[in-house]
Amino acid sequence: MSEILLETRALRKRYGGLVATDSVSLAVHRGECHALIGPNGAGKSTLIAQLAGALVPDAGSIHFAGQNITGFSAHRRAALGFARSFQITSLLPNFTVLENLALAVQSVSGSSFRFWRAVNDETELFERAREILRSVGLEDVATRPVGSLGHGEHRQLELALALATRPQLLLLDEPMAGIGPEESERMVALIAGLKGRYTLLLVEHDMDAVFRLADRVSVLLAGRVIATGTAAEIRANGEVRRAYLGEEENA
Amino acid sequence: MNHLRRHGWLLATLAVALSLPQLAALCGQDFYVSFASRLLIWALLASSLNLLVGMGGMVSLGHAAYFGAGAYVVGILSVEAPGWSSALLVWPLAVALSALLAVVIGAVCLRTRGVYFIMITLAFAQMLFYIFTSLTPYGGDDGLSLAKRLTLPGLAMAGDATFYYVVLAIFAACLTALGRLQASRFGRVLAGIKDNEERMESLGYATFRFKLVAYIIAGALAGLAGALMANQNAFVSPNMMSWNESGIALVMVILGGLGSLWGGLAGAAAFLVLEEVLTGFTTHWQIVLGLILLAVVFFAPRGIAGLFAKQP
Ligand SMILES: Nc1ncnc2c1ncn2[C@@H]1O[C@H](COP(=O)(O)OP(=O)(O)O)[C@@H](O)[C@H]1O
Ligand SMILES: [Mg+2]
Repeated sequence: MSEILLETRALRKRYGGLVATDSVSLAVHRGECHALIGPNGAGKSTLIAQLAGALVPDAGSIHFAGQNITGFSAHRRAALGFARSFQITSLLPNFTVLENLALAVQSVSGSSFRFWRAVNDETELFERAREILRSVGLEDVATRPVGSLGHGEHRQLELALALATRPQLLLLDEPMAGIGPEESERMVALIAGLKGRYTLLLVEHDMDAVFRLADRVSVLLAGRVIATGTAAEIRANGEVRRAYLGEEENA
Repeated sequence: MNHLRRHGWLLATLAVALSLPQLAALCGQDFYVSFASRLLIWALLASSLNLLVGMGGMVSLGHAAYFGAGAYVVGILSVEAPGWSSALLVWPLAVALSALLAVVIGAVCLRTRGVYFIMITLAFAQMLFYIFTSLTPYGGDDGLSLAKRLTLPGLAMAGDATFYYVVLAIFAACLTALGRLQASRFGRVLAGIKDNEERMESLGYATFRFKLVAYIIAGALAGLAGALMANQNAFVSPNMMSWNESGIALVMVILGGLGSLWGGLAGAAAFLVLEEVLTGFTTHWQIVLGLILLAVVFFAPRGIAGLFAKQP
């Protein structure tokens, strides 16, 4: 079996009476694309937020490359190689697309406690930013303010920001949320191109996409992981079919 | 074209600033020289607050704490160490102690956000205000008069025009530094935090540290403004750190332009000139000021400086 990069042990998070994360033990292997599926409200985003360090779990632990990182802040995890795209688009709306990217690149290009030299003179930052924009197909809108973009472009920029910090692990929370079939197809192709280069934890609703992209799949239901396995195993799993896939087919 | 216009304004501002003592003498209104000094000192205070509020999104209602602290460093030293008469010694000390105060207060306040941040900065400033009103050895409530201005080698600081040029040089230096900061890596990060702090965290920025450093710089500059004001007025009092003064600085920032480099100067000039003109007509001049502030918020949300800036 390959090396485990990210692991949770008996992770637990309550919102009042609701247990949003219920003793979740999950292992993501280095280099794999691991999909996290489950119906709305299953606790997928809550889990991602805890993995990213934005939300503190009530119990359990999180390990990255063998190190216990449960108490690490979000920015420390980013420095370790975590990157995140948000389900609800979270960008810098008053910056241009290029400036968004340049700021992401800056965070992994030496100290930002520099007060005198103009950022605009640091051409390497912007060159690297443009490279990433090209790789996600956003070079044409580079100088546009983020606020003026469409939703599909926002989703692409979410992904681009995550890629800009030279991560090892990408936490992608529904990268295709709310975009049309054509743009979805482009996003699937983009993510497929990331496979092998990064370790991916992908939250996704579209089963076709999941089964095309994922090496392994974990199914979350009411905060609990009810199954983990290869795509084929999950498809064949009776409990999963009843609890989740069947529901999709009926819908 | 825009470039030309901007440079035009800059040159005009500079020309007026440099020749102000001569202009005042021509008009026979020497009072304008000290008025201009006060204006520049307020502009420095407002610019330092603009770093916090306009660039960093940290709305503080207690910024006068550092203004007062800087002033009291000058005041207390004039009592305890009258021999320390050099501004080259005392002003840096005022800046350093204000910065130190900002480290302590900032480390606590920046744990909170939004309305809580407003309230807790206000609370700290009011606490200092009451501490200084009860410090009877240094005048308590009544404040403390200074025998004379601090000295600078080769300059007759007692002269209002000389002092004005010193303040002008300091203000110009600080504004230049703030301009560099705004366009620097640090400035971009600060702007990013103002826009979306959670995103900046997930990009790997330790946002608390950046905000604290901005808070310390702002406190240090406000302390410098306070030290200058103590010398300008030859007087310090707890009122310098009251919430009223913090409020005025905030009004200046909004009036002048949140986040604009020139916002602090534009706001201070507008506020003080309005005050000067309107008090001649009515004692209720603040009603008029209120209406103007409303108009700015609704019709020129980028403030006076925004009217001159190039359109995005
Ligand atoms: N901040 C919150 N406060 C209270 N309940 C929350 C909060 N965030 C999420 N929840 C609840 O936790 C459950 C899991 O939510 P979420 O993780 O967003 O699900 P998913 O991403 O799988 O759709 C839902 O029932 C949701 O209503
Ligand atoms: Mg979700």
